[in-house]
Amino acid sequence: MAMEHDVSMEANYGAEDTIMDQYLTFVIEDEEYGVEIAVVKEIIKMVPITRVPEMPEFIEGIVNLRGELIGTLDVRKRFGIMPKEHDEETCIIVIIGDRLSPGLGLLGLIVDAVRETAIIPDSQMAPPPSAKLNYANQFIRNIGRVDNDVKLLLDLEKFLALE
Amino acid sequence: MLDMFIFEMTQLVDQLETTIVQSESEYNPDQINEIFRVMHTIKGSCAMMLYDNIAAVGHAIEDLFYYLREESPKNLDFKRLSDHVLESLDFVKAELGKISNGQNSDGDGSALIKDIEAFLKAIKTGTSLPPASAASPAPASPPPAAPAPVAQKTQPVPAPQATSAVTTAPAPAVSEAKSEQEEGDMMYRYKAMIYFQDGCEMENIRAYTLVHNLQDLAQDVTHVPADVIDESAIELIRQNGFELEFVSELDYQRINNHLSQTVYLRELNLVELGTIITEAKPPVEQPPIPMEAAMAAEAPLVESAASDDLTAVASEEAKKKAAAAAIAAATAPSSAAPAATTNLINVSVSKLDTLQNLMGELVISEAMVTQNAELQGLQLDNFHKETRHLRKIIGNLRQTIMSMRLVPLSNTFFKQNRIVRDMCRQLGKEVHLEIIGEETEVDKKIIEHIADPIMHIIRNSIDHGVEMPDEREKVGKPRKARVILEAKNAGGDVLIIIEDDGKGIDTEKVLRKAKENGLTTKPDNEYTEKEIQQFIFLPGFSTNDQVTNFSGRGVGMDVVFKNLEICGGTALVDSVPGVGTTFTLKIPLTLAIIDGMSVRVAGAQYTIPIANIIKSFKPQKENLFTDPNGNEMITDRDEVFNIVRLHEFFHIEGAITNIEDGTLMQLENGEQKICLLVDELLGQQQAVVKPLPKYFKRVRGIGGCTLLGNGDVSIIADVPGFFDN
Repeated sequence: MAMEHDVSMEANYGAEDTIMDQYLTFVIEDEEYGVEIAVVKEIIKMVPITRVPEMPEFIEGIVNLRGELIGTLDVRKRFGIMPKEHDEETCIIVIIGDRLSPGLGLLGLIVDAVRETAIIPDSQMAPPPSAKLNYANQFIRNIGRVDNDVKLLLDLEKFLALE
Repeated sequence: MLDMFIFEMTQLVDQLETTIVQSESEYNPDQINEIFRVMHTIKGSCAMMLYDNIAAVGHAIEDLFYYLREESPKNLDFKRLSDHVLESLDFVKAELGKISNGQNSDGDGSALIKDIEAFLKAIKTGTSLPPASAASPAPASPPPAAPAPVAQKTQPVPAPQATSAVTTAPAPAVSEAKSEQEEGDMMYRYKAMIYFQDGCEMENIRAYTLVHNLQDLAQDVTHVPADVIDESAIELIRQNGFELEFVSELDYQRINNHLSQTVYLRELNLVELGTIITEAKPPVEQPPIPMEAAMAAEAPLVESAASDDLTAVASEEAKKKAAAAAIAAATAPSSAAPAATTNLINVSVSKLDTLQNLMGELVISEAMVTQNAELQGLQLDNFHKETRHLRKIIGNLRQTIMSMRLVPLSNTFFKQNRIVRDMCRQLGKEVHLEIIGEETEVDKKIIEHIADPIMHIIRNSIDHGVEMPDEREKVGKPRKARVILEAKNAGGDVLIIIEDDGKGIDTEKVLRKAKENGLTTKPDNEYTEKEIQQFIFLPGFSTNDQVTNFSGRGVGMDVVFKNLEICGGTALVDSVPGVGTTFTLKIPLTLAIIDGMSVRVAGAQYTIPIANIIKSFKPQKENLFTDPNGNEMITDRDEVFNIVRLHEFFHIEGAITNIEDGTLMQLENGEQKICLLVDELLGQQQAVVKPLPKYFKRVRGIGGCTLLGNGDVSIIADVPGFFDN
């Protein structure tokens, strides 16, 4: 199943315009966030994670994705939100890091749940308020509106940056 | 050996072709560098295998690119350049084709070389080039492996393509040979004893070639054993040598020169028996013209390829011997070099990687099937029997896949023997190569990257390090120098050490040269000996002013470093003037497969390389103590060790904190030893070391990670990291 996902998304990548405005949305706590679909490889269920010593708190460890070892981050911890028990809905979004910065490899993001792929054209986007009120805010690039919902679109570069 | 050679050459040629074809219109400096280096390797390998005709072409191209690299001339005709390189590659390929078909490499590249030299000259002088069509004649190389030996055997009459191509090439040689022949009336009688090197094989064919090559220089050739075509002659020649008697008008020097060019010659005793004054030779005795032409054309080849008997066959078909020779030529390859039917296949490492990953998945999915929750509580005797069988097969499969990636270094190491021998002969030095630890297995990927560096370092050691025997004697060293080539697993690394007892590196000279080349970045007196020595790894650095066949273009050490860098290794040089030089190539754990001990600390698994482990034991309370600074220690058999708690080192919570409840592992790193506290040992297993995902920063004490059989990921400890506190 994961494979099919993989194929379809890879195939789309070539045709920029068809996926340009598409975002994969996921849930953390009560908010819905989005990442560009162009950098998403696939979504997998939670699997055992091997912790790596001496890493920042939000780096959860290494996951074995069909023989490939990928570094995995806990989005909650990155946002500084209280962790919550993993459940049926918890999953890992696999990001193609090479498309952000060559040589980065694959990366996993642990999220509470994934929702949908949303089409959010630029016209329905607004920059986040300039006042950074909380920690999570600094990783938001834009705020998109779909119907009456608000999706917080992640700035992955900032999100992944290791200080 | 031949397999490996062909395999490697084919790869190199392919690599070059890709590079050239990709960038035909313009080369950037990197590509010029690459072409230069690859050609250098091709030349070196061919010279090593005595395919001098190929090596000569390689040398010409190398020369050309050496100039391009050093001078980077403007307004280069890249199209012409590419043509030349590709033509040469075609030549190399054609010769390789012949060799792999068990034929002799008999192509003549001199026309090509002349072309290339002309081209180089034109670049140098900046003159406009003659039109391409005039300069490059019909391709000097025949299509790869056109005539199979069998074809020749059955129909010896028509001259095969290969020969015709050869004979067209060097016209001047004909007249030269003629003039020699018409020189004078004095005839000399000679007796020559010829001994071939041990293990050169096909002695009879070599002898035959020798006789054959003498034919336009000498008359009345008799030899013992008389019948060299018969295989029984091999043994005789091996034991008693090959005795030749003949009359020639050439003087001693010339004959001696001619004979000493014999391939695989070990010893030559040439005696002049007397002088005969004759009248000018009656023309009848002269060999028929077409044959002479063919023979003369062959003359420049004498020193090249292993033997020219294929050419000989074609040109001599009129003679009675032809049939016999044809048989000899045809049978020779099959008897001596059981035609290179390769038992090796070329599999890309990425396929092996994929295989390995799939293997991991197979193990996981096997566990998911056989331990499926839906099966619980069911009475399934047969099912369990079958799953045990399945597990066993999967286990074997896993082992096999693991072993596929591992190659012992012995092949790479023993190859060096030949290089050492050839160099010694060429340079007049005496060197004994000692090989240690060649059974050390390393990942195929590593072998690919270190074969060249090893070769280059050995060449450099002999060329630049080892002194001439007389010189050695003067400074009180044995005449015969010693070069040690050693491999060992040291902790998490594979170390390859090349040590010579030569004169060491002349740091003053190195520094001067480094300055000339603009490689220095601070005042001279701030450089330490060690820093200066490391200069030799920089591109384009060479202290040897003379370009030799082996090293001295400053390409060697450059290659060493580039290749090592690719697999994440490092090279160190340590030299003591007058005592010798030691090169240490350190290849990191991250590509190798290691034997590891799985240990548990709290909920996490770690793998400790077995190579670092001396022993593991349960500590006794009475042996434990703490020094005033709070350092925990343990005594074991009169030795005292510092204790490192793995859980503290990595800040893992929930681990055993009471030392007596855990297990201590005695670890070593070179001379140093420590005891590492872990919760418990889980068992030993082979592990393919993978680097940590790139996103992660480097952590001291972590060497990489590995996939366990059950699909879990385990962190591999980098034991040296525990030491330097």
